Amino acid sequence: MKVIINVFLKEGVLDPQGKAIHHALHSLGFSNVNDVRIGKQIVMHIDAIDSIDAEAKAIEMAETLLANTVIENYSIEIAI
Amino acid sequence: MRVAVLQFPGTNCEFDTKYAFKKLGHEVELVWHQNQTLPEDIDLVVLPGGFSYGDYLRSGSIAHFAPIMKAVKTYANNGGKVLGICNGFQILTEAKMLPGVLKRNNNLHFISKYQHLTIVENNNSFLNQCKKDELLHLPIAHADGNYYIDDAGLESLKTNGQILLRYSDKDGNLVAVNGSTESIAGICNKEKNIFGLMPHPERAIEMILGSTDGLKMLQGFKN
Repeated sequence: MKVIINVFLKEGVLDPQGKAIHHALHSLGFSNVNDVRIGKQIVMHIDAIDSIDAEAKAIEMAETLLANTVIENYSIEIAI
Repeated sequence: MRVAVLQFPGTNCEFDTKYAFKKLGHEVELVWHQNQTLPEDIDLVVLPGGFSYGDYLRSGSIAHFAPIMKAVKTYANNGGKVLGICNGFQILTEAKMLPGVLKRNNNLHFISKYQHLTIVENNNSFLNQCKKDELLHLPIAHADGNYYIDDAGLESLKTNGQILLRYSDKDGNLVAVNGSTESIAGICNKEKNIFGLMPHPERAIEMILGSTDGLKMLQGFKN
């Protein structure tokens, strides 16, 4: 089963990479950009009984390794 | 004193760290990350600087699952002293052995230079040879040294005397080097047996290197 985990910095935690890209976009003329946040996408194929099982496994992986929940949030998508 | 210095794939400060502790007259043993146990009768475990596992995912995030880290956690839970320098500090925060997180530097640059630091707390087994508000001069070399902690965590650090060092200028005024919360450069846990700092004391041990302030810090562990 294909599992996609998106990890991104929490609201209020300064994202210097996002800020740098924001500035770069502005200097290229994309003045309508108001905010840029950078995240990570982790795509994996896992053995699971069903999507509920896959999600439970993905949550465990995100909590133990993939996200540092002090500063990061994550979301999980299950693509069958 | 017997010191165990850990080696992860990508660690690169273990020999400098060994040299520094040997210079102070201690026995030093390098310990490979795949080991399940620490050497017996050690007085200090050091997690040295470097780029363990290439800093993949987040600095220190993969190293803290190395087999040796279970032994380090048990050792620390029993009151054993642990020191994390630079990447070692990052590993200790990822392992939740120290509070907070080390984020990417605000300016996104790898910062490598000599930096002034102010001693905040010396009432611990690490910085007891230094005076409060004393200025030190040490090298820093990191991309992820931007210490972040939430407001409640910061208050708790202050209440319990856990802030060890802050980045400052030569007159002791705090400076924003990498974006760290309140210019924090080093902290310890509440029990004061786990220490973490971004600057490199092991690189400031002979005048030919520009400073001997690092020796003064590491000497604290004798007592």
